Amino acid sequence: MRGYITIDSERCKGCGLCISVCPAKVIEFSHRYNSKGYHPAVYKGDGCIACGFCYLTCPDVCITVFREVQKKVNVKV
Amino acid sequence: MEVIFKRPKALSDREFTYCPGCHHGIIHRLIAEVIDELGIQEKTIMVAPVGCSVFAYEFFDVDGTVAPHGRALAVATGIKRALPDRIVFTYQGDGDLAAIGIAETIHAANRGEKLTTIFVNNAVYGMTGGQMAPTTLLGQKTTTTPYGRTAANDGYPLHVSEALSTIDGVAYLERTTVSTTKDILNTKKAIKKAFLAQIKGLGFGMVEVLSTCPTNWGMSPVEAQNWLLENMVKEFPPKVFVDKVGD
Amino acid sequence: MKKLMMKGNEAIAESAIRAGCRLYFAYPITPQSEIAEYMARRLPEVGGVFLQTESEIATVNMVYGAACTGKRVMTSTSSPGFSLMQEGISYIAGAELPCVFVNVVRGGPGLGNIQPSQGDYFQAVKGGGHGDYRLIVLAPSTLQEAVDLTQLAFDLADRYRNPVLILADGMIGQMMEPVELPEMRDLSTLPDHSDWALRGARNREPHRIAAFNIDPVGLEKMNKRLQEKYRLIEASEQRWEEYRVDGAEYLMVGYGTIGRILKSVVDSLREEGIPAGLFRPVTLWPFPKRRLKELAKKVQLIFVVEMSSGQMVEDVQISVEGKVPVHFYGRMGGVVPTPEEILFAFKEVRKWK
Repeated sequence: MRGYITIDSERCKGCGLCISVCPAKVIEFSHRYNSKGYHPAVYKGDGCIACGFCYLTCPDVCITVFREVQKKVNVKV
Repeated sequence: MEVIFKRPKALSDREFTYCPGCHHGIIHRLIAEVIDELGIQEKTIMVAPVGCSVFAYEFFDVDGTVAPHGRALAVATGIKRALPDRIVFTYQGDGDLAAIGIAETIHAANRGEKLTTIFVNNAVYGMTGGQMAPTTLLGQKTTTTPYGRTAANDGYPLHVSEALSTIDGVAYLERTTVSTTKDILNTKKAIKKAFLAQIKGLGFGMVEVLSTCPTNWGMSPVEAQNWLLENMVKEFPPKVFVDKVGD
Repeated sequence: MKKLMMKGNEAIAESAIRAGCRLYFAYPITPQSEIAEYMARRLPEVGGVFLQTESEIATVNMVYGAACTGKRVMTSTSSPGFSLMQEGISYIAGAELPCVFVNVVRGGPGLGNIQPSQGDYFQAVKGGGHGDYRLIVLAPSTLQEAVDLTQLAFDLADRYRNPVLILADGMIGQMMEPVELPEMRDLSTLPDHSDWALRGARNREPHRIAAFNIDPVGLEKMNKRLQEKYRLIEASEQRWEEYRVDGAEYLMVGYGTIGRILKSVVDSLREEGIPAGLFRPVTLWPFPKRRLKELAKKVQLIFVVEMSSGQMVEDVQISVEGKVPVHFYGRMGGVVPTPEEILFAFKEVRKWK
């Protein structure tokens, strides 16, 4: 299942819990700082499997998880 | 793309004031998800404690108040007795519920008050800077047990859920953690059942959630999760103590 | 309206029910447990809620919770129990919640005894709890007045969103007198409070009640609002009784049971040709200082009597601003002075003058 996440980098406190639970290892710390001085977590851009573990463990509710909708194909027989 | 996980409606827009990696945020979100799923936001009233979560009433989009330290269950009793058809919950830490508030806790449970309590046990006093809590482990160093807690001086870690499980007025009682994704999902189920105990009028419902305090334990959030799983779980085994709710 | 012979504690309880109070939480303590017992019998009859609590600390917090919903709620206790309630009262006053307390004062300090006393004046009027707040304090001297002031207490609490204390003493709680009770209040005529009460946020933004602001400027604003309210109460709600003050050269001042005893003292003095009068404060906060200051200008001496070491006497001194000598006589330990001993003490003072 293909997925995608967005992380609110201003709410993120760089705790690292999402990075530690992501089974696909597609989240990492950003090099830049947010306005509070944390290195927010960022999605590497590719490889998300929409498991939702990051959302479940994020204590600041920064993450929104998207899943690719399966396209329906009508086959005429 | 469709959204499969997003911010629950019952949370307000306020940024949480908790430390990085603190489990309060996870637990808040689970409560909000349960409120959304049960459709009770408009009739829920909450009572926040004194502790790190003193601002909890700002983080939920429900009517709320903050009680004097330890007294949330008495305040909640007053609200519930005045408005029995509303859903009233308290959110309390280990000092609030098990030290200064222990009498109110026992008696609310004993009266079978139709209330729901989320008890966050992190074995330390967070807001005041890391002093010993009733649930601090033997040998654990805190700012008031700098040589490690000893039974001779300070007694033993208090097993609140075990103690409350002997009280007939309790309708749902479970101890959980939020340190793995499986545990997080289980805690959400437990919280839902504790609210259902109130909705069905069965009695007192409580979930004791073992939680980390990275700041006062002096660890990173991930290290703190591991410490909890290796140490706290042995002292405070997660289990269902009372379940009169059923399925 | 026919008169009923009732015990003070029970008369207060029945008056509260007729004022529309349907929520009562309390812990037993002498000399006022009859209020709880009466409420336990009577509230279920009118569809109200009675709950005996585990302590006075739990009690005051249940009152806080119920008051958050905007409904009329009350508790009663005696001195040591009222001490336990102080933190909760500070929260209630800071959160501007309406509710009524009754303190049937007994001998103190400490466990003291169960006899009547006025040793809790400072606690009631000057604070007790922490922070810059005030309680409206009403002091009945007869059972009829206790019934009437109970009605007033709920009205003032709702009008100003402030806790109100009925400061009685063990004598008033325990004695029996004929009283006339008011009609039962129609609950639908009670003040609504839906603009702030916690009832579930249906079709509106959530209400949040918290005597709390981590920002000092914000907390000062909250305090200034409270202070404005207190100035308004001081300007509008001072209450007192004057007895035979016309032509008086000596003014007796006392409240509660003492206020009643002093009427006998004033009558005896007048019979002897000594022009004495009585000023009996009914609101201890706001203290009726405006009128007392006026009366002070017309007399030679003020004689204050209390069942304490002398607490209200300080407010009398503040009110008269040094314009006239203020003397004091008191009994402690729960001893109730007789008119004769007060007469004797007064005459001793007058001799020195």
